[in-house]
Amino acid sequence: MSEPRYSIGVDLGTTHCALSYVDLHASEGEVVKLELCPIPQLTAPGSVEERPLLPSFLYLPHPDELAPGDLILPWIQEQPWAVGYLARDKGAQTPIRLVSSAKSWLCHAGVDRRAAILPAETAEEVERISPYAASVRYLEHLRQAWNHMHPDTPLEQQELTITIPASFDPAARELTAEAAQAAGFTHATLLEEPQAAFYSWIQTSGGQWREQVRVGDVILVVDVGGGTTDLSLIAVVENDGALELHRVAVGEHILLGGDNMDLTLAHAVAQKLAAQGTKLDPWQIRALTHGCRAAKEALLSDPELDSVPVVVPGRSSRLIGGTVRSELTRDEVTSIALEGFFPVVQAGERPKVRARTGLTQLGLPYAQDAAITRHLAAFLGRQAEATSDLEGFASSLPEGASFLHPTAVLFNGGVFKAELLSERVMQVVNGWLGAEQASPARLLEGADLDLAVARGAAYYGYVRGGQGVRIRGGTAQSYYVGVESAMPAVPGMEPPVHALCIAPFGMEEGSAADLPPQEFGLVVGEPVRFRFFGSSVRRHDEVGSLLEYWDDEEIQELEAIEATLPAEGRAPGEVVPVRLSAAVTETGTLRLEALPRGGEERWKVEFEVRK
Amino acid sequence: MTEQSPSFFSRIGLAFVVFFRTLFDAGFAASLRPLLSGAATVEEPETPAPVAPVLLETNPASALQLLGLLQQEGRLVDFLEEEVAQYTDAEIGAAVRVVHEGCRKALHEHLTLQPIRQETEGSRITLEPGFDAAAVRPTGNLVGEPPFTGTLAHRGWRAVEVRLPKLAQGHDVQVIAPAEVEL
Repeated sequence: MSEPRYSIGVDLGTTHCALSYVDLHASEGEVVKLELCPIPQLTAPGSVEERPLLPSFLYLPHPDELAPGDLILPWIQEQPWAVGYLARDKGAQTPIRLVSSAKSWLCHAGVDRRAAILPAETAEEVERISPYAASVRYLEHLRQAWNHMHPDTPLEQQELTITIPASFDPAARELTAEAAQAAGFTHATLLEEPQAAFYSWIQTSGGQWREQVRVGDVILVVDVGGGTTDLSLIAVVENDGALELHRVAVGEHILLGGDNMDLTLAHAVAQKLAAQGTKLDPWQIRALTHGCRAAKEALLSDPELDSVPVVVPGRSSRLIGGTVRSELTRDEVTSIALEGFFPVVQAGERPKVRARTGLTQLGLPYAQDAAITRHLAAFLGRQAEATSDLEGFASSLPEGASFLHPTAVLFNGGVFKAELLSERVMQVVNGWLGAEQASPARLLEGADLDLAVARGAAYYGYVRGGQGVRIRGGTAQSYYVGVESAMPAVPGMEPPVHALCIAPFGMEEGSAADLPPQEFGLVVGEPVRFRFFGSSVRRHDEVGSLLEYWDDEEIQELEAIEATLPAEGRAPGEVVPVRLSAAVTETGTLRLEALPRGGEERWKVEFEVRK
Repeated sequence: MTEQSPSFFSRIGLAFVVFFRTLFDAGFAASLRPLLSGAATVEEPETPAPVAPVLLETNPASALQLLGLLQQEGRLVDFLEEEVAQYTDAEIGAAVRVVHEGCRKALHEHLTLQPIRQETEGSRITLEPGFDAAAVRPTGNLVGEPPFTGTLAHRGWRAVEVRLPKLAQGHDVQVIAPAEVEL
């Protein structure tokens, strides 16, 4: 492969994708030439335009719905689907043919991510596709777009970085990496979104970031996207006189984002209208949601405003006669967006969990508690020990601290364009800090709320080339396989499961864990399932540690893993003793392999993403 | 006339030729009369045929395309085609928000507009000789020679960039908004 000319960053978002790039030939040290790559896409039938973002929507049209040529793209005459603006707009009118939030489905452990299950609610005859295949199509579009605009420097020959939520589990990471491969991203690296946001902040500061952070800082990154909330902690340490950054913890996957707020506001306004006898159709609800987002941003940024009108046009050609007018008041936006999603809570509060009914498993597992501040409290509480192993941090947390004390906060996501929301988060966090006699956290200024992730991803590719500071992280969990304990069978009771650590916390990319001493008997030619667990708090377990007891707070069960030994050279049915090895690939995925005793062979152990 | 004047010696030659042709050629002599009386030239120089004014036919495709965009984003055609007499100002005002917000978005997405004059409206400005009459229009007491000094009534607008979507071959631009049928 020729030397890459560009480092390309892809923000593969739940609701939008963005593409940005660093010109490696024109960048040196902290002088970085970073641009956003506009994405040609269908904006109306038969009409192609370049836009900065590609909405992450896929539309599967009816064969008679569009005229010939309506699905044209600069690089292909016709394909039986659309992605981007056209997909989003057509889908608003015909939701049964729209695939949305594919990324949230990609990490939904309750479904088979490779099965054609989307759109989730549709008619028999609509040909569904899998969350995995939808991701491939978005990435494929981005690759074609780049190659169309840069025919001399094809994407597959550039340095590539794709962002994922920090909370993605190993299976979702693996699926994203495979989707990238399938879409022609031959050697992409995965980067966690909050890290990307932080890289972007570093890059934007043009070297000034060193003035804004100091050794001993613990930076909380709060990234609220359209559909997910992603939390990370980055510690600043000193090594040989230079500042070093360590990503010490990541939060759980929280399906809760800006779109939820806008939708909640829209329903409040719709109810107000319903009380006046005006009923809105789904098409109008969508227009209302857009209107409410704009009104929310205006009200939460300008304290002078008391209310902002929200108007929704009717669908018929009678515009004036069909337009419905309402307004969003300061009281409403405060009680719904601010108090509903960012209430003032105590540091000890935890998200409310309702018992799930079987039915909820059919859809996406949305967060049950909408209060982002409570999720934040849970995260900081769980990670109270996150910095205890870092040099210079041992004494930073006072005795009896109930949560990890952040010293600075970086926000990301369009939600925080409403300044009152970021102010509220600061107020809440500083309230917790004050209650434990700690100094208030600082707000890191100058973040690009909408595009930081794509920009940071492109910058990361440049940093990987040896320029600038790199955030060290490694895996944010330790991993375990379930081992049935040797115990006399008790009728009606499952034998207890022990957890065997096969991958320690903080494994860096391109490194392999030691081999655990324990062996498993695998039956040749037959798939064998292992239960698989992860912990974001057990930082000290070593490979081979066997846990007999743990509580649910500490260790979460992930998708099962599955090993199938090929029958070559062995008799089917033979039992072969193997050991399980774990490694983190250069891409950033976890690779599990089975190593038979006394042999050189290695067999891949798959994440069981099929149900 | 760009022809050089004949030299003295060539004029002597010419005089002899004219002398003898006038003497022996009656027709030539007759054609000289109006010349000598100053009424006409000997040979009518070919006057260039008046240039027929050319008016460019503009291509309606991009006009229709832009109208389609303004309709799609801001319901402009619906608004203009609706009878407003029956509605109150408040009702019209509500609809105008839709039109204004949407059309403005479409306008900014597809055109880059800049004022032609940067000065504040109402301020005194001077138009130097040779000003671009297409971009700046003097009005009112328009006499004498430039420089003209006057009050800037309107700053003007210039589309410095146009970014219209590219269209598929055979795309029907006459469809400003398709009819919608909910099944």
